[in-house]
Amino acid sequence: MKSTLAIGSVIFTISILSIPVVWSDSDFDWDKYKRKSSGVAAVSNPVYQEECGSCHMAYPPGLLPSRSWEKIMDHLDKHFDDNAELDPQTHQTISQLLTKNSADKSNYRRSQKFSRSISQNDIPLRITETPYFIREHNEIPKRMVSGNPKVQSFSQCNSCHLKAEKGSFNEHNINIPGYGRWDD
Amino acid sequence: MKKLILFLLAISVIPLSHVHAENRVVQNLFEQYASQGVTQPSAERGEKLWQQRFSATGKFSERSCTSCHTSNINKSGKHIRTNKVIKPMSPTENPKRLTNMKKVNKWFKRNCKWTFGRECSAQEKADILAYLSKSVMKQK
Ligand code: HEC
Ligand code: HEC
Ligand code: HEC
Repeated sequence: MKSTLAIGSVIFTISILSIPVVWSDSDFDWDKYKRKSSGVAAVSNPVYQEECGSCHMAYPPGLLPSRSWEKIMDHLDKHFDDNAELDPQTHQTISQLLTKNSADKSNYRRSQKFSRSISQNDIPLRITETPYFIREHNEIPKRMVSGNPKVQSFSQCNSCHLKAEKGSFNEHNINIPGYGRWDD
Repeated sequence: MKKLILFLLAISVIPLSHVHAENRVVQNLFEQYASQGVTQPSAERGEKLWQQRFSATGKFSERSCTSCHTSNINKSGKHIRTNKVIKPMSPTENPKRLTNMKKVNKWFKRNCKWTFGRECSAQEKADILAYLSKSVMKQK
């Protein structure tokens, strides 16, 4: 009797433990889910974080097409009136990472929107100059951005998008400093 | 007598352990600067340079190391162009500072160019380093 109980409880425990395993094994397509969401791919490469995230947030590569990143990387010594020069090896590592994850190569819907909004002949150097960006932000009054000492410019995505560095631009994670949460 | 010898041994170890705690990277940089003709670095001159204001053309017409690092090296600064928070420069406050030679060289080059409009001389770098690290160059 006692041993039946023991075996029974072992079987019970195992079956309980295996529920989450079976669950996550279901054919829910996470990739497809992410592609539909408002995000772009997050890049957590430490070299990229260190070299391109020291003066401003490390912009997720899925926000600009590869031709833009190439142009940015070709002129790092004159980077928006600053100097962001890199040694040749680091330069190559970062160039490859940016091209591989760029907006035109991404299967994230949000990245494709950035990429498709740009006309073929244009090579924007700023995310904030892409037509899709401008369209998404044109309702936000100037006093909340350039007139707001805590924001100053749209270039600091993370001033408002609390999870920008993780590639998430979801409406529920927007907080404009001094004005609070954004409700449409 | 034995006690005295032990005592003397003990105190002779103190400065040694102190040397050990000194930042190796800073000492190596001092050695490099010395080979470029730098005499004893001066924290005082370094501080003056750190606080000094330079004029430039354009939007940021007045520039200084303090533009981004604040005048108190024990406090966090803020990048004047992007608002990004920059952790304290003093290694006492922020032990990661001045521990990577490549990083120090890289930022000296960039920041001197942006702030002074030219690269810093070896003497200037040694002085600033002495100020930031509060270290002195070892006498040979
Ligand atoms: C020495 C500081 C510094 C470093 C290092 C740096 N940047 Fe910048 N970056 C800036 C400044 C300053 C701006 C202009 C910000 C502004 O106008 O508000 C800028 C702007 C940008 C923009 C445009 C943002 C927009 O849409 O307005 C991109 C893209 C960018 N940087 C990418 C990079 C990449 C990639 C790297 C690494 C290779 C990098 N940055 C490293 C200083 C830096
Ligand atoms: C001043 C605050 C602010 C800054 C800075 C800012 N945004 Fe936004 N962003 C918003 C607001 C508010 C919305 C929502 C607009 C609406 O719903 O009308 C938005 C919407 C978006 C959307 C659309 C999200 C969706 O679900 O439809 C994307 C993508 C986006 N921003 C990306 C960026 C990027 C990339 C940057 C930096 C280059 C940036 N934003 C900088 C405030 C900001
Ligand atoms: C325009 C903004 C800006 C100015 C002005 C500026 N710096 Fe910096 N500095 C930075 C940034 C950004 C970093 C890297 C971020 C970090 O390490 O937290 C940095 C890092 C450094 C480092 C690297 C320290 C370490 O080991 O981590 C040194 C040294 C340095 N700065 C010296 C100076 C000196 C000297 C001046 C004046 C000639 C100066 N900076 C002016 C923005 C600036």
